[in-house]
Amino acid sequence: MSNILSVMTFLPILGVLLLLFIPKESKGVLRSVALATTLASFAVSLPLITGFQTNAEFQFVENVPWIAAGPFAMRYNIGIDGISLWLVVLTTFIMPISVLSTWTAVEEHVKEYMICMLLLETGLLGAFISLDLFLFYIFWEVMLIPMYFMIGIWGGKNRLYAAVKFFIYTMFGSMLMLVALIYLYFLGTKAGITDFSLVHFFDLKVDPSTQTWLFAAFALAFAIKVPMFPLHTWLPDAHTEAPTAGSVILAAIMLKMGTYGYIRFAMPLFPEASHQFTPFIATLAVIGIIYAALVAMVQEDVKKLVAYSSVAHLGFVMLGLFAMNEQGVTGALLQNLNHGISTGALFLIVGFIYERRHTRLITDFGGLSKQMPIFATIFMIVTLSSVALPGTNGFVGEFLILVGGFESSLRWWTIVASSGVIFAAVYMLWMFQRVMFGELDNPKNQKLLDLNAREIGLMIPLLIMVFFLGVYPNPFIKKMTPAINKIVAHTRIEPVKTAKAAVPTVEDTAPHAVPTQSVNPHASQPVAAPASH
Amino acid sequence: MDINVAQLFQTINLNVIMPEIILSVLGMALLLVNVFIPSKSKTYLVWLSLIGIVLAGFTTVTGWGSNITSFNGSVVQDNFAMFFKIIFLVAAGLAVLISDQYVEREECNYGELYPIILFTTVGMMLMASGTDLMTLFLGLELMSISLYVLAGFNRANVKSNEAGMKYFLLGAFSTGFLLYGMALVYGVTGTTRVAKIAEIVSGMPSAAGNTMLLIGMFLLLVGFLFKIAAAPFHMWTPDVYEGAPTPMTAFMSAGPKAAGFAALLRLLLVAFPALKPEWSDLLWILAVLTMTIGNFTALRQDNIKRMLAYSSIAHAGYALVGLTAANSTGTSGILFYMLSYAFMNIGAFAVIILVGKKGEPNGTVMDFAGLGRKHPLLAVTMSLFLFSLAGMPPTAGFIGKFYLFSGAIQEGYIWLAIIGVMNSAASVYYYLRVMVFMYFKPAEEEFDWVTVSAPVALSLAVSAAGTLIPGVIPSMILQYAQQAVKFF
Repeated sequence: MSNILSVMTFLPILGVLLLLFIPKESKGVLRSVALATTLASFAVSLPLITGFQTNAEFQFVENVPWIAAGPFAMRYNIGIDGISLWLVVLTTFIMPISVLSTWTAVEEHVKEYMICMLLLETGLLGAFISLDLFLFYIFWEVMLIPMYFMIGIWGGKNRLYAAVKFFIYTMFGSMLMLVALIYLYFLGTKAGITDFSLVHFFDLKVDPSTQTWLFAAFALAFAIKVPMFPLHTWLPDAHTEAPTAGSVILAAIMLKMGTYGYIRFAMPLFPEASHQFTPFIATLAVIGIIYAALVAMVQEDVKKLVAYSSVAHLGFVMLGLFAMNEQGVTGALLQNLNHGISTGALFLIVGFIYERRHTRLITDFGGLSKQMPIFATIFMIVTLSSVALPGTNGFVGEFLILVGGFESSLRWWTIVASSGVIFAAVYMLWMFQRVMFGELDNPKNQKLLDLNAREIGLMIPLLIMVFFLGVYPNPFIKKMTPAINKIVAHTRIEPVKTAKAAVPTVEDTAPHAVPTQSVNPHASQPVAAPASH
Repeated sequence: MDINVAQLFQTINLNVIMPEIILSVLGMALLLVNVFIPSKSKTYLVWLSLIGIVLAGFTTVTGWGSNITSFNGSVVQDNFAMFFKIIFLVAAGLAVLISDQYVEREECNYGELYPIILFTTVGMMLMASGTDLMTLFLGLELMSISLYVLAGFNRANVKSNEAGMKYFLLGAFSTGFLLYGMALVYGVTGTTRVAKIAEIVSGMPSAAGNTMLLIGMFLLLVGFLFKIAAAPFHMWTPDVYEGAPTPMTAFMSAGPKAAGFAALLRLLLVAFPALKPEWSDLLWILAVLTMTIGNFTALRQDNIKRMLAYSSIAHAGYALVGLTAANSTGTSGILFYMLSYAFMNIGAFAVIILVGKKGEPNGTVMDFAGLGRKHPLLAVTMSLFLFSLAGMPPTAGFIGKFYLFSGAIQEGYIWLAIIGVMNSAASVYYYLRVMVFMYFKPAEEEFDWVTVSAPVALSLAVSAAGTLIPGVIPSMILQYAQQAVKFF
């Protein structure tokens, strides 16, 4: 099957069409169809893992013309490499779990809810596989719409505010990115690029002062999505108000869109600017780690606590990315997956107790482990993976990030960030203690039922992944490494004085044309720097 | 004028204005039919008008690719004019479809409505195909006078009367500016032919230093900028849009705006390209003003018609961005955007008509509370229009804005594009607000079951298709828009 990516991405749309013809009263059928669709999409995505060749090339590529009018040519150009492979699989893996998690939580407007979920899946997958800048932007924007409705319709008390804030924040960032994207395209046309295909732009040499602006515009859009301090304020609201499945998808997949944007677009497209911004971004990442951890400690709402822990974790990912060496970036991408699994699981766990008690306040709980032993065990494992205990997935990623950080120019930032590991243990374990241990004195809690088969069933795949990634992450890392090396090499800037920098591939010897290593073997010739502008 | 009458008749080619002839004849016939058929329901007029519009559209399309002048070079049939004619016909067709149910409910079901819509369309078509200042003026007047009547069509309603009167007074005032501008341009160049003006102006040693010519050009601009509701000539828009019967508001926001842009494009890019440094700076400022005033005032509106009125000012601002750029990307963007705007805006107004009650007692955003639960399909359609107005992919509104702003970036107007997209982001708030009421808030009072008549259902289907399909496969329309602006 050559169009495996398209099938996987647009299967959910097929599911939506199917759902439209099912009466809204038959909720069971609606849920089953949605689950079947997401499972089918997952099944289709599995051959991606087995069929993926361990090299740095884009694979499963589909590339056909889409729009051609005026100065623009957009292509339906999709494919994956080691960086996007696992994010794609993570998405298809998390989606059935999210659908299953709302089996009883959502009773109102099941049809619309499932339609939103499926549209969201298409948007997310599309953004991860797009190799055309314009196509990426379309999917990037499209995914906002179902998420907006999910928060706004099925969310908590303060859902209006959260939904609108979420939408406007992300829209604001992506609008500036759009301007930068168009500007970049016109720079490219001057150098002979004729369409929006990403690979062409990797070889485009943009002069450093222009890079600064373009990088800033891209980085802002992605920083809002990550979210980085101080642009994170939409996240606690959105997470807290969103229904469980919404939070799971938001944390597990959507936030990855931000970090993915950095490694796929912002950094390789603008290597000089990335270096220039490294101290700034690393500072914000470290502030995010410490600040979010401190704020998480004092939260009374479990869900909000988990939301802030997300901000801290994503801070680590950003630090790893901007270490710009193999360990750092590998750690960051691994941590991306880990965070998706652990935090996704945490939100599911919060959802379980919220469904039972309709409260998320830590003070309303205590001693639950006596009443719900299975729940307690699962919660414990997930908590430990979130605080990066060795043997769980979180440890591998965080360790690699810190190693990468120490070896890079960000040593001092890394030292400060390391304290975040301790803070994470403090707020997570303290929360766990207050919720699960102590006296079971609240009469409402004494009647709680332990997890049922469905709930255990949907947690098991996540738990398996926690240990698999924690004990034997090699299969994952192995597939990533070539792509990571390629990007790291591409982003690296050799000092101008070394002999290597004087490679005479570029005629233009103006100071801005610092030659980066040409890492695209299939790019026929390097594109000359565009005229000054 | 030194026009030889015999020579004039030799140059007449009626095929060039065949769509106009069809609509005019049909309009006059319908006036008579309306008198002689004493039927209370006027729905048959809807279908008759629609047949005429489709026929006119067919005649227009068959001429695609030709470039024929007629009437001694005062009217032209080129791709540019034809593309705009299609926009006007789309607007007129949709307006005709959504009118019937509204006028019946508001008890102002006078059959004259449909002929007047057709006459307005003829006026707009002349504005797009006119290559002589006189033709442009005739078209503008035919359009404007018909619009004054349409704005005040609900004669028993005070607000509608006010709208008609206000529009007439201010419109007449702006026409004065326009005529004075034409007189000055004629005074300098000695001709009213657009092509000849271009020749003379570009041949002048210092056109930019000719104060009379500059004043003439700017006065001309004022006249047309008034019609497209660009700031600071936008003051009439909210009151007229709010007071006019809703289908007419829809029509007014889409058709005449496009006609104004057609005339502006032809004047600025054909007659005065030599003065581009002069007018582009002015348009830069006006575009920013128009977008910003439109959007930030719309943020504060509760009345949905007023909100869409301010939003239509903002949209004129986006299109002005493309006009400022004045390259093929920007101008083809205007053409594409005007067509998309006709679909999405009239579609949105159609939903407003359906949700509104007799007399439109409040007509606020709050009326939409609970629509998502009661009428999911209607609410989804409205959401589609609103997302398109806000410029979200995958809708036509996004592609249009993409081309408009790209045109500006291509010409180096980076800041204009940035201000544009920031405005677009701000506009999301008030469009989302309608959706917030539709989906996130329960109805305050029990919803009356909304009945959707066949013509309105058809218009909704067409608008939705016209909003969504060009958003996914825009090439099919963009390539024609590109061909249409090739001659600039």
